Amino acid sequence: MFLTISTSGAAGRPATDLGFLLHKHPDKAQRFSTSHGTAHVLYPEAGEERCTAALLLEVDPVALVRKGKERGRGGAPDSALAQYVNDRPYAASSLLAVAIGSVFSSAVKGQCTARPELPGQVWPLRIEVPVLPARGGAGLVERLFAPLGWKVTARPVALDERFPEWGDSRYVSLVLEGELRLADALRHLYVLLPVLDDAKHYWISSDEVDKLLRAGEGWLEGHPEQRLITNRYLGRRWSLTRDALDRLALARLAESDDTEPEELDNAVDEAEDTAERPVPLAVQRRQAILGVLRRSGAARVLDLGCGQGQLVGELLKDARFTEVVGVDVSVRALKEASRRLRLERMTERQAARVALLQGSLAYTDRRLTGYDAAVLSEVIEHLDLPRLPALEYAVFGAARPGTVVVTTPNVEYNVRWETLPAGHVRHGDHRFEWTREEFRAWAVEVAERHAYDVDFAPVGPEDPEVGPPTQMAVFRKHDTTTKHDTTGKHDTTRTTETTKEAKAA
Amino acid sequence: MTGTGTTPGTRTPLAVPDLSLVVLVGATGSGKSTFAARHFKPTETISSDFCRGLVSDDENDQSASKDAFELLHYIAGKRLAAGRLTVVDATNVQPEARKQLVALAREHDVLPVAIVLDMPEEVCAERNAARPDRAGLALRVIQRHRRELRRSLKHLEREGFRTVHVLRGAAEADAAEIVRERRYNDLRHLTGPFDIIGDIHGCRSELESLLTALGYALVRDEAGRPVDAAHPEGRTVVFVGDLVDRGPDSPGVLRLAMGMVAAGHALCVPGNHENKLGRHLSGRQVNVAHGLAETLEQLEREEPEFREKARTFIDSLVSHYVLDGGRLVVCHAGLPEKYHGRTSGRVRAHALYGDTTGETDEFGLPVRYPWAEDYRGRAAVVYGHTPAPAATWLNNTICLDTGAVFGGKLTALRWPERELVDVPAEEVWYEPVRPLASEAPGGADGRPLDLGDVTGRRVVETRHLGRVAVKEENAAAALEVMSRFAVDPQQLLYLPPTMAPCATSKEEGYLEHPAEAFAGYRADGVRRVICEEKHMGSRAAVLVCRDADVARERFAVAGGVPGAVYTRTGRPFFDDAALAARILERLGRAVGEAGLWEELGTDWLLLDAELMPWSLKAAGLLRHQYAAVGAASRTVFPAALAALESAAERGVDVAGLLGRQRERAEDAEAFTEAYGRYCWPVGGEGADAAAGIRMAPFQLLAVQGRSLAALPHDEQLALIDRLVAADGGGEEGGEGAEGEVDGVGGTRGLLAPTRRLVVDTEDEASVAEGTRWWLELTAAGGEGMVVKPLQAYARRPDGRLVQPGVKCRGREYLRIIYGPEYTRPDNLARLRVRHLGHKRSLALREYALGLEALDRLAEGEPLWRVHEAVFAVLALESEPVDPRL
Repeated sequence: MFLTISTSGAAGRPATDLGFLLHKHPDKAQRFSTSHGTAHVLYPEAGEERCTAALLLEVDPVALVRKGKERGRGGAPDSALAQYVNDRPYAASSLLAVAIGSVFSSAVKGQCTARPELPGQVWPLRIEVPVLPARGGAGLVERLFAPLGWKVTARPVALDERFPEWGDSRYVSLVLEGELRLADALRHLYVLLPVLDDAKHYWISSDEVDKLLRAGEGWLEGHPEQRLITNRYLGRRWSLTRDALDRLALARLAESDDTEPEELDNAVDEAEDTAERPVPLAVQRRQAILGVLRRSGAARVLDLGCGQGQLVGELLKDARFTEVVGVDVSVRALKEASRRLRLERMTERQAARVALLQGSLAYTDRRLTGYDAAVLSEVIEHLDLPRLPALEYAVFGAARPGTVVVTTPNVEYNVRWETLPAGHVRHGDHRFEWTREEFRAWAVEVAERHAYDVDFAPVGPEDPEVGPPTQMAVFRKHDTTTKHDTTGKHDTTRTTETTKEAKAA
Repeated sequence: MTGTGTTPGTRTPLAVPDLSLVVLVGATGSGKSTFAARHFKPTETISSDFCRGLVSDDENDQSASKDAFELLHYIAGKRLAAGRLTVVDATNVQPEARKQLVALAREHDVLPVAIVLDMPEEVCAERNAARPDRAGLALRVIQRHRRELRRSLKHLEREGFRTVHVLRGAAEADAAEIVRERRYNDLRHLTGPFDIIGDIHGCRSELESLLTALGYALVRDEAGRPVDAAHPEGRTVVFVGDLVDRGPDSPGVLRLAMGMVAAGHALCVPGNHENKLGRHLSGRQVNVAHGLAETLEQLEREEPEFREKARTFIDSLVSHYVLDGGRLVVCHAGLPEKYHGRTSGRVRAHALYGDTTGETDEFGLPVRYPWAEDYRGRAAVVYGHTPAPAATWLNNTICLDTGAVFGGKLTALRWPERELVDVPAEEVWYEPVRPLASEAPGGADGRPLDLGDVTGRRVVETRHLGRVAVKEENAAAALEVMSRFAVDPQQLLYLPPTMAPCATSKEEGYLEHPAEAFAGYRADGVRRVICEEKHMGSRAAVLVCRDADVARERFAVAGGVPGAVYTRTGRPFFDDAALAARILERLGRAVGEAGLWEELGTDWLLLDAELMPWSLKAAGLLRHQYAAVGAASRTVFPAALAALESAAERGVDVAGLLGRQRERAEDAEAFTEAYGRYCWPVGGEGADAAAGIRMAPFQLLAVQGRSLAALPHDEQLALIDRLVAADGGGEEGGEGAEGEVDGVGGTRGLLAPTRRLVVDTEDEASVAEGTRWWLELTAAGGEGMVVKPLQAYARRPDGRLVQPGVKCRGREYLRIIYGPEYTRPDNLARLRVRHLGHKRSLALREYALGLEALDRLAEGEPLWRVHEAVFAVLALESEPVDPRL
């Protein structure tokens, strides 16, 4: 990881004054120990006209990985994958920002005891960062640096010339040119390198807020991307520490499959439909489901595929639902649900009404029998079609709740979604989306096979041509009393006899 | 009640079952503690005084009695649950106190025994006076105790004590001697070997055939009826009950079984049908149903003496037996571990009827709680009662009722060999009320996959490595992946186990080196090993069927795809079903042309393979990690080196740094080379979609009815060579006749061969040859090799399972794992500290589970049994282990 800072001299001010400002003599190569490796400062050129200082941080990749492991419980969330194959030794990441802060600390603060007039001066500066990880691409780099007075040249770096089809990497080669005070320039880098890096791999320290306020003083408050800068600078640690441990097991499975953890660990979707920022359609869906459940007279309800527990929360608000069980296959989603519902802070009486279980509808599950109603809201489309019969049997054949509510997207409606490219499903994990006809055909067959009646209802604004955005089927189990009458007597005698036999034994 | 007359100087034996709750009854000062100390171990006796002391620091603090007795009951309960005889040393003169103890004994299904010490008042007073802490005890306490005791005496048996011993006076107490008696069900001293026979239901002819098949010689009476059978090697038959009802000759079966039991050639536990017949024969009212009518009719033709003999026989049967040192429990309807060796009404009820839920199913038969699914006991439980198409082990239990009377078969289990022997029914003697297998998804096994098969902390019984445990959190992660991403479990018959690397090499510049692999196997006593080229792509399990119909019917594959290709976590390898179909069709044709369908007698084949290129599946990782690191390093070094060179020209001393950066630049270059070798573009439009994809099968895992996992690797690879030849060398069929140059349909073919070399680990020259082979292979860009015992399945001389293979990865390849600069001496020194133990153990456990899945598949076990083992492999894969190993 490497960057250079150049300036050109002017009459009465040789370029080598840069050495005073940086507190590093232009004719020496100096080394400094930092927490992630050895930093070197040296000057490839040092003349009256031009002077360039280079900062080179030698990162020890082996130590980096081993350090990550020792962090133990509070450690890197992806320590299972904390790879020796790592861009840290090469790219100008947050580690380089840390090095800037420590190696050039006086310069960052704008202090220069020997030449106190220098820090206040505005100089022509040119900063080159050959490899800058830039999540958001060259465009974001421009948006971040240009408002600060820099002329930005950000050239994307190709991943591998031998494989042009792979396209560009996440790195850019960055050149910044502008007339600025050096301290400001360094503070820009100090904050924006980690913001662009946006890596999950390493934390810095816990007093980040103070650091950001200090380094951002005088430029951050007015920056048009202030929100993004702050979020990324501060936000990257919290969400990752939270359920780091649960995610390790999935990360390991992904690794044994040569795939990225996000491929498997995508049950909790931070971007969409969270309780804090509800999507209107999701609200309508929950209202529709609640309406059906209330009318059905159900008291004990299963939310199968409860995700982060939004519907469970709604159900708990209504006292007529005496028992609400949320079931999901994702442990992470359940943890999130438990946190949102504040399960551990509920009174015993409240907590007794709710349970969250890990379960899978690919299997029959004895715990799920005997409920009044079950909800499968936006669940079936997350299954590969060949595995749908197993879900069907687990719910309608084995658990057999009195009422089953199923909602799923109506694919016909997708054309009304302006932001959705044609032919795309609404969510990356949707394995299929059905037309109204397809959904009906499936539902009617299921109902027939398992002795249920089924009705359909639209959810959301119904379009005359393509129907509603969400379609809902409500299944009701056939009244079984008549069926019992024919065999009931027989059953009873037999049961009594067995009991008697058992007793006599 | 036994009153014990005293003859001075002789010992009077008091019988006590060896597992019982012994309740001492006597006034204060009657000598209970002394008696207990003389006849029982100190740890067997719990005294109320001691418990009082524990909770209050004062053995005589009567206000602490409530807590003290709760504690006493708690300790006694723990001991009884653990199957230990327990003596309660308290006055127990009040009925209420005894009632609680009788309830405690029942709760743990042991017999309560009362030993009453009925001592004269003056003896008690004298003894109390001798104890400083009791010296002040009022005489009226003793008197009250004695009054209560007198009142209690005649009620003790009615209170539930099965044995009551009363010792009157000091002399009787002194002369008493406790004799511990074995319980009727405790036959642990019998070690067999046994032949345990399932439900017979009057199928006398089938029983004769089965006994003959088992090697027994039948003994017949003058009328030609079999009355005994003996085995030349002294084996013993154990009948699991239900000898009678429904079938053609219940008396005949009874006669043979009774004869064998009388001759000591058989043991027999009662079934619910014997139980009911017995009650009928004793003149009690029973509902004549479920085939009892047939038996009664058949018995009418017998002499009254025979009926009486049958009644006595049935009456004498013990509900279950614990055999063979406690390793084997036989009963009719199964028994959870806490009932083994216990005696109570409910133990007998469970042994006879199983765990009924009180409900009935749609056929009017009682719904049985599947107790065996929860069974985790050490003893194997062998039982019958519930007819199923085949006998299968479940959690160390097996049901031998294979519906002989319903036209199924009569099954025996050889113990300890655990072999099943069966004979088919001669006809359908009785129409079953309920079909033997249900229609639920999951096929012939009769039930769909249940969450209970896979979640929570689980132990999977494997035949090659015993019990393999799966932790709850690992099962949880596997459940998510299995449910959300995997192919249908009906196609997921196997997941490849992880493989450990060879021991870490100390060879300069190397982290892994073949010398360690060869030495490791030599130490394990494996002489002949095979070195197989390790292909660098992505692992794939491939199920290929003769055609799409077979795939649909046998494995429920939809969409006209003749099989399935899936990754190490069970995910479909190809997102595009059409592409999967093309590749499988191509592979299927090669199998056909090589003549393997016929030769192996199968319509399907399960293969372990590597699919290439690596970039096919790992595109995301390459883009975000490997190629990214390459791009960053290749871009940064020119700039950094230029800066350093300029500084050096200015006379700044940067020599060390410059040299180091140059080396790093070279390492980065080598790294980029390393991953690049395993990447090439694939695919095209339509027919070209599979162009560039190559598959290297390296093991045939299973075919119809057979696991091939133990087939020696040279034979394996010879078969695979024929596949490769058939694919590449054969005529091009239909597709690919024009335009394709490479990959599927092209001249290179889909299938890639696996190069190999056999090495003798005891022969230095051969080992050197192996090393040279590896050096050449890796120098040419190969990932490395896998070294496996040639015979595939190997055990060490001490019986322990040997690693099925170790990988030995090339020096350049390892840059992808350990980073571009791992070869630098200071890095290597640190990286050599790696711990292989867990990885090796994991590899063995997963290997055993994989073999188990294949064996279960081969034996036609139900889907959930195969799935249990496959799921466990996935769960173990989520165990924390150094991912670079």
